Amino acid sequence: MATTVTGTKPLTKTGFGGGSKSRGPNGNGSPKRNGHRDAFFDSRSAVNRYRIGMWVAMASILMLFTALSSAYIVRAASANDWQPLRMPRVLLLSTALIIFSSVTLEFARRKLKSGEQSAHKRLLVLTALLGLGFLGSQLFAWRGLARQGIYISSNPHSSFFYLLTATHGMHLLGGLAGLGFLMSRSRLSTDDELAAAKRQAQTDAVSLYWHFMDFLWIYLFLLLFLWRQQ
Amino acid sequence: MSVETHEAVHRHEPPTSFIRKYIFSLDHKVIGIQYILLALVAVIVGMAMSVLMRMNLSWPGTNWPILATLFPGGAPGGVINPEFYLSLVTMHGTIMVFFVLTTAPQGGFGNYFLPIQIGAEDMAFPVLNMLSFWVTLVGFIVILSAIFFSGSASTIGPIGGWTGYAPLSALGQIAGPGQGMGMNLWIISIAIFCVGSLLGALNFITTLLNMRTRGMSLMRMPLTCWAWFTTAVLALLSFPVLLGGGILLLLDRLAGTSFFIPGGLYVSGILSGTNPSFPVHTGGSPILWQHLFWFFGHPEVYIAILPGMGATSHILSTFARKPVFGYRAMVFAIFAIGLLGFFVWGHHMFISGMSPYSAMTFSILTLSIGVPSAVKTFNWLGTLWGARIRFTTPMLFAIGFVSLFVAGGITGLVLGQTSLDLPMHDTYFVLAHFHLVMGVASIFGMFAATYFWFPKMFGRMMSESLGKIHFWITFVGVYCIFVPMHVMGLVGMPRRYAQFTEYTFLTRLHPLVVFVSVVAIITVLTQFLFYFNLIWSIFKGKKAGANPWDATTLEWTTASPPPHDNFAGVLPVVYRGPYEFAVPGAPNDFVMQTEPETETERVGGNGHNGHRH
Repeated sequence: MATTVTGTKPLTKTGFGGGSKSRGPNGNGSPKRNGHRDAFFDSRSAVNRYRIGMWVAMASILMLFTALSSAYIVRAASANDWQPLRMPRVLLLSTALIIFSSVTLEFARRKLKSGEQSAHKRLLVLTALLGLGFLGSQLFAWRGLARQGIYISSNPHSSFFYLLTATHGMHLLGGLAGLGFLMSRSRLSTDDELAAAKRQAQTDAVSLYWHFMDFLWIYLFLLLFLWRQQ
Repeated sequence: MSVETHEAVHRHEPPTSFIRKYIFSLDHKVIGIQYILLALVAVIVGMAMSVLMRMNLSWPGTNWPILATLFPGGAPGGVINPEFYLSLVTMHGTIMVFFVLTTAPQGGFGNYFLPIQIGAEDMAFPVLNMLSFWVTLVGFIVILSAIFFSGSASTIGPIGGWTGYAPLSALGQIAGPGQGMGMNLWIISIAIFCVGSLLGALNFITTLLNMRTRGMSLMRMPLTCWAWFTTAVLALLSFPVLLGGGILLLLDRLAGTSFFIPGGLYVSGILSGTNPSFPVHTGGSPILWQHLFWFFGHPEVYIAILPGMGATSHILSTFARKPVFGYRAMVFAIFAIGLLGFFVWGHHMFISGMSPYSAMTFSILTLSIGVPSAVKTFNWLGTLWGARIRFTTPMLFAIGFVSLFVAGGITGLVLGQTSLDLPMHDTYFVLAHFHLVMGVASIFGMFAATYFWFPKMFGRMMSESLGKIHFWITFVGVYCIFVPMHVMGLVGMPRRYAQFTEYTFLTRLHPLVVFVSVVAIITVLTQFLFYFNLIWSIFKGKKAGANPWDATTLEWTTASPPPHDNFAGVLPVVYRGPYEFAVPGAPNDFVMQTEPETETERVGGNGHNGHRH
């Protein structure tokens, strides 16, 4: 599997951006190493870009939801036209599905690490199905509200409910695209060490994103239905 | 797999088809040039709009027959009407801030030179890089389409200023001219631009963290790289907030929500909810839009100027033939400015009404930005101190940048104080302040960068004599334009007014207004000298070698223009800091970053950190 000759730590050890927890081979500021360590050009470092890129992207997405949350909190406090929605029960199913999908994806990631290709792929498919199930369940919640005559413009809480679930759902579609990308890669051979390390890094990046979507949903769920109940 | 085999990776040949090489290119250098071209086109549109505004301000009511032909709705009979003027204000600001000041410094020069300066073959994600440009271009096309599909005959684009304050921007057609389709397109364009910038920022940060060549420690990076990196962090964290705000604004306009629209509004003779053209709204907060907008808006002005600071530091050091004074302090100052930039957005909103305690907090934080800014300024002066300066055109523009940054920044200390901001905020004083410091100074940084890096990008020098004429007219011109505007603001001339003929207390300012307009037109015309110089030099300029300026950083170690993979397959190894000029005992007055350490340096312990001299 993906081992490197020059690296001193196993490939899968992840810290920030999946890199090693120590100050690393870049020698940032350390006068002793100062970038001269030969380990810099190993494959581990080159494929780390997927993990780093994903952390950076997640920071950005987090800012989007922070902005929307602050709008939510300000709007909830600024006027007396807030009519809290009754929580659609199906959201509990959504939550269960997405938590379960995170678990299956984590197993998929580990299967890839241990080289069990077919199990890896099957778990990826299962994760994607659970993700689709989550989206379906969200749509079901929308339909339930629409049947009660609650639309996006009905009152501020419903505006935010539709907005936040839609924004989250669109980001989850990105996660599904990532899963699709991983599945398309699962046919490729991983004999080449660099290719294997790259695939592992891409899998790590997609699963980071997926878990992030999972936590984000739980956060939004709590914000929408616990922040202001009366 | 050994290190050596990996390093001697085969050369990457450029794609051969025209489309893959120049249009949908994955090469960061081509993408950088595409960004610069976009900015060069956008700035002409923005400048043309400012000339139209100046014409209207200085000679109100004049009949310009050509305008009657070009804008039959906006200038009926050749006389510019107020709505047309206000839409010019909006479009000028939007195009300049987003498509010039954000694209050229970061997307343009950053894209071209960040990978080369850190010794990488390309960006970390070339496909994302290509997408970021094409998404940005779509944003530009959408904003241009707002000119033609503004939804009302008398405007070109929406009315709302580049800040698009709610509730005016949130109400839709009912709020008057320029509030229809043009405003939708404006918001959509900004949202698209946000996505493009985010893709770019993601790429910059990952590239810088992951792809530095061997020996290129963080503290050996040129200050340009630090500036681009900080800018990317600012863009990464601020653009999503604008995107979120834009989504909410668009929903208010199109889906009937009330995020920013308060209840009980009475607009164009109609009370909210009493007419199908104005559905009922309750409880929205217009101030919320301002918070979301300025949380992005303030970092945005640093996004515009930080790359100029980086280029200035780089160029000052090169032509002063001295190391940058206080490299480490410069790095921390860039970061401090970036960090503080996130906590001062409230100073744009003093007159919107806020608790005096928050105003005081924002005021103190705002004034504290003066500290890192002063660190930078004094370090620039320290770099110049006692130097035998080579007064090339890029050096003149870099010095001009320092001058404009100080001149524009000093009024920031005035405006940062709540009590002074209250009377001055919506006057020409603010206009003059931000044009000098974020507009003109950033552009001077980019002029400096263009004259400096042109030989690297095209293998030929730009004309020095044309460049110097360009510099002096522009430099004197911008001061003649913006210093009188401070005076106008102090007298009380409000900004964004189409004309002042009805204000008797402003009539004695009219000669000054005319003077500013005349100088502005001369300065705008001078810019075509720059365009001519650019195009002429690409074909006829003096041939440049690999290192025409005797500079030290990695871009000067490769050919001009650099090959497709930047270093022809052999990545450079870095042994020292970026500004090793006038090193005692060295054979030349500059030591390239790739020069191995000598035995004495190793024994003496010098050369580990480039900034210790």
